[in-house]
Amino acid sequence: MKTVLEVANLKKSFGGIAAVDGVSFDVREGEILGIIGPNGCGKSTLFNCILGQLAPSEGEVRLDGHVTTGMRPCDLNRLGVSRTFQLLQIFPKLSVRDNLILAAQEHQGTMLGRLFGRRDAGLAEAAKRMIAFFKLDHLADEIAGGLSYGQQKLLDAAMAFMSGPRLVLLDEPAGGVNLTMLANLKDRLKAFNEERGATFVVIEHNMDFVMSLCSRVLVLAEGKVLAEGLPTDVRANPAVIEAYLGH
Amino acid sequence: MNAKARNLLVPSALAIVALFLIFAPLTFHRYGLYISSQWAVMTIAAIGLNLTLGYAGQVSLAQGAFVGIGAYSAAILTTHGWPLIAAIALALVLCFAIGWLLGYPALRVQHHYLAFVTLAFSTLAFLVFRNESWLTGGTEGIDSVPRPSLFGFSLAPHLRYYYFCLFVLALVTLATLGLVRSPWGRAFIALRENPIRAMSLGVDTRRYILMAFAIGSALGGLSGALYAPLVGLVEPPAFALTLSFDLLMMVIVGGAGYFIGPFVGAMIAVLLPDWLRFLDRYYLILYALLVMALLIYSPTGLVGVADRFFIRRRTKAASTARAALSASMESEGA
Repeated sequence: MKTVLEVANLKKSFGGIAAVDGVSFDVREGEILGIIGPNGCGKSTLFNCILGQLAPSEGEVRLDGHVTTGMRPCDLNRLGVSRTFQLLQIFPKLSVRDNLILAAQEHQGTMLGRLFGRRDAGLAEAAKRMIAFFKLDHLADEIAGGLSYGQQKLLDAAMAFMSGPRLVLLDEPAGGVNLTMLANLKDRLKAFNEERGATFVVIEHNMDFVMSLCSRVLVLAEGKVLAEGLPTDVRANPAVIEAYLGH
Repeated sequence: MNAKARNLLVPSALAIVALFLIFAPLTFHRYGLYISSQWAVMTIAAIGLNLTLGYAGQVSLAQGAFVGIGAYSAAILTTHGWPLIAAIALALVLCFAIGWLLGYPALRVQHHYLAFVTLAFSTLAFLVFRNESWLTGGTEGIDSVPRPSLFGFSLAPHLRYYYFCLFVLALVTLATLGLVRSPWGRAFIALRENPIRAMSLGVDTRRYILMAFAIGSALGGLSGALYAPLVGLVEPPAFALTLSFDLLMMVIVGGAGYFIGPFVGAMIAVLLPDWLRFLDRYYLILYALLVMALLIYSPTGLVGVADRFFIRRRTKAASTARAALSASMESEGA
């Protein structure tokens, strides 16, 4: 299978602290890679370095074989890379529909064209389909800030998919979501992966969620790769049990 | 209120306001016409600042300086025989370009740091107005700025000049409405609410920040180009930092980020001090107290008060609908 993302010897230091310390891995097309590890092991910093939010101290990131290290997040997004954040990041004063349209409008035509083009940038139908896909139909015209936390999490995820990305990096999508909502979210992510062939990298602490969703798992500890493999193998790995899962 | 009545409410209210703005000044005397024209001119500058600050979330204390640049451009050119339309075009281009450049610091600094950068620019512009006598007339300024003629039709009478200002305001209103209702408006709001998320969704925050500054500044310049023939005299104190603060107050008091905020804010800032003049030297104290009381009660400004009222009503209606839906689902389940 084709490699979509390659991370080579990535390092990020803050002063004397190495938050990410020589991490290397790759992600193949259509797979769901889980990244787990204790708090402070560098998972989110790794995401931020891959996605241009932080400049890595060393190392390289490649997308489809092309170096993207240091590229701006908006340019990476236009190359088909999308993300969610650990903390909820929606636009609370816009409606659910407008949040979704915003999530894809910059992929439509030129900047000048968007100024004189249609208000919905031709995305009203796509937004409607996405709203239905994430079962948010009854909330389409609600102001996003008025939704429950779980509904906002679904919207956050839906926004990441709106532009039809090939690679989506999800930072703790299950955090703070109740069991019903979580099942819905997992179901939607699986459907996206199977139906549209999207590739995911998922940071998550909820082990049941990771084990049931991911095809491969990478374990980080103190900024380094501790283990990598199939979910069942990782779960049984003594070093992982010692460092993260516990007995 | 049913949906049909609600749909008619906004156009009806707008029609009444438009009719008032067109016909009421027919009964005004010279001073009333001057104040009305000033309201129209200042509203244009406040609309520009509302785009930069209210929609895109970029603090600027330089809008008064752009009004000054526009006013001096118009004064210098029209006193040298240029037609006002050409002077307006030049003021727009000049302020757009300077505003674009002023946007660059905003790519690196935000909030109060950005306020200080724009404040420094405002001070710099004031010093140029005052000290570069060869160009600006120095402390004396430039007087006898002529009112223009359009297609051989003189705009010198106060009523005609008021209608000219109102016409330009109408054009600016329509253009700005088109902008904030386009995907750009949504991108500006995203920039204000969450620039990091906006960037991760492909919004080129750098370009939008620069455009927010450039367009807002250009509208400041347009306002200044109309101000110069209105007053007939441009001099440095009129464009000191206090004008930037006044414009900021118009946007905040009216409601930053609301389309009609600058219209209401400019009305308060231009008309209220005049209405309170019967209080003689105490009028500024009362004016300041009224503004403080308003902002304590509603930090989102006057339009924010109305918005809160409508949101409360909508939330209540949505809650009732959800409760009814749950009840019907429960009864079906039973």
